[in-house]
Amino acid sequence: MDSIPILKMGEFLLVSIQVDMHDRLAMTLQDDLTERIVKTHARGVLIDISSLEIVDSFIGRMLANIAAMSRILDAQTVVVGMRPAVAITLVELGMPLDGVRTALNVERGMELLHAALADGAATTGEDPGAPAD
Amino acid sequence: MAMNHRIATILTKHGADLLDKWMQRQLANVATRRDLISDVDLKDESRQFLELFREAVADGGGDDVDGPSWRPLRDLLASISTARARKGFTPSETATFVFSLKEPLFARLRTELAADPSILAEDTIKASVLLDKLGLYTTEVYQKGREEVIARQQQEMLELSTPVVQLWDGILALPVIGTLDSARTQVVMENLLQRIVDTGAQIAVIDITGVPTVDTLVAQHLLKTVAAARLMGADCIISGIRPQIAQTIVHLGVELTDVVTKATLADAFAVALKRTGMGVVRTPAKA
Repeated sequence: MDSIPILKMGEFLLVSIQVDMHDRLAMTLQDDLTERIVKTHARGVLIDISSLEIVDSFIGRMLANIAAMSRILDAQTVVVGMRPAVAITLVELGMPLDGVRTALNVERGMELLHAALADGAATTGEDPGAPAD
Repeated sequence: MAMNHRIATILTKHGADLLDKWMQRQLANVATRRDLISDVDLKDESRQFLELFREAVADGGGDDVDGPSWRPLRDLLASISTARARKGFTPSETATFVFSLKEPLFARLRTELAADPSILAEDTIKASVLLDKLGLYTTEVYQKGREEVIARQQQEMLELSTPVVQLWDGILALPVIGTLDSARTQVVMENLLQRIVDTGAQIAVIDITGVPTVDTLVAQHLLKTVAAARLMGADCIISGIRPQIAQTIVHLGVELTDVVTKATLADAFAVALKRTGMGVVRTPAKA
């Protein structure tokens, strides 16, 4: 059975979806990814869907779920490289993926992850005595 | 069957003569349209028509002009009508092409079948029905040709009316003029998203100064566009909201809270510059 490779790069995990997603593959990805986040203590997940041409509501929900699961495991998720047609389809399906960060390409996605991590470090802070603002 | 053979025989025997008389009639009819079509072309079309008409009748096509034996003739008529629709002929001028054949054909039938009035009457009616149907067919095709022209113009207007302009490096503007319906939203969205990919823009300003009214549907379409742009990693700012429109939006209970809105394009541009870490500074003016 085939699966989607998950690459570790520093404290981030990279997932590049290069094949058409079918439902079983999506479920496998969810399992693998959550496992890898826990195992590697990853702080961010970058999902590249620039090769993905067809989406349905299931894949849309899967993306939203992955983002939600990663958040619970304290990792930020960025979905990058969405094609215009895919974006329009998701919006028309009524799934604007509100809880998911998005970026145009991998480079921008990385910047966003770094910024989010810096932000997170600044607001939650290493210093437990700092006043919350 | 017998009548078909009689007409086919007449068309074969007196084809050249019919063509001459028919041409005379047509030239009299289209006298004002000589600038649009040359005599040679007209004669060529008429000859082909007569030829195919004879073949179809001889083939036993009957009076069902939708049948297979009439196909070549239908194709010819279709190409003639479409060409004339493009050249600017009116529908009646186009249909007259077929109808004007009646007079010379009936005259010929009368001389050939003078001996038997009942057969003459029968054949005249049959021939009349056939030519009527063919004439109507040309009108139909003409109409279709015109509709295609209209559809193409609509498409061109859609594309013209939704330009996406680059204001600055990484900042796009989309001035929307006219009402946003579903079809237009689709085009607007596609254009915008494609430009986001092409330019790598991070911010898109949707300016609705030119949108006459904003109802719930238009607002929904705007929000869809904003959501789609966000999925591509670009933030949207909606600008050009007139006081009247602001009131309407609130009265309708439309939620625009998730979107940054600004009164003018200039305000939106200032926000966009700030977000991308750029600014405009005043320098001493040169004399």
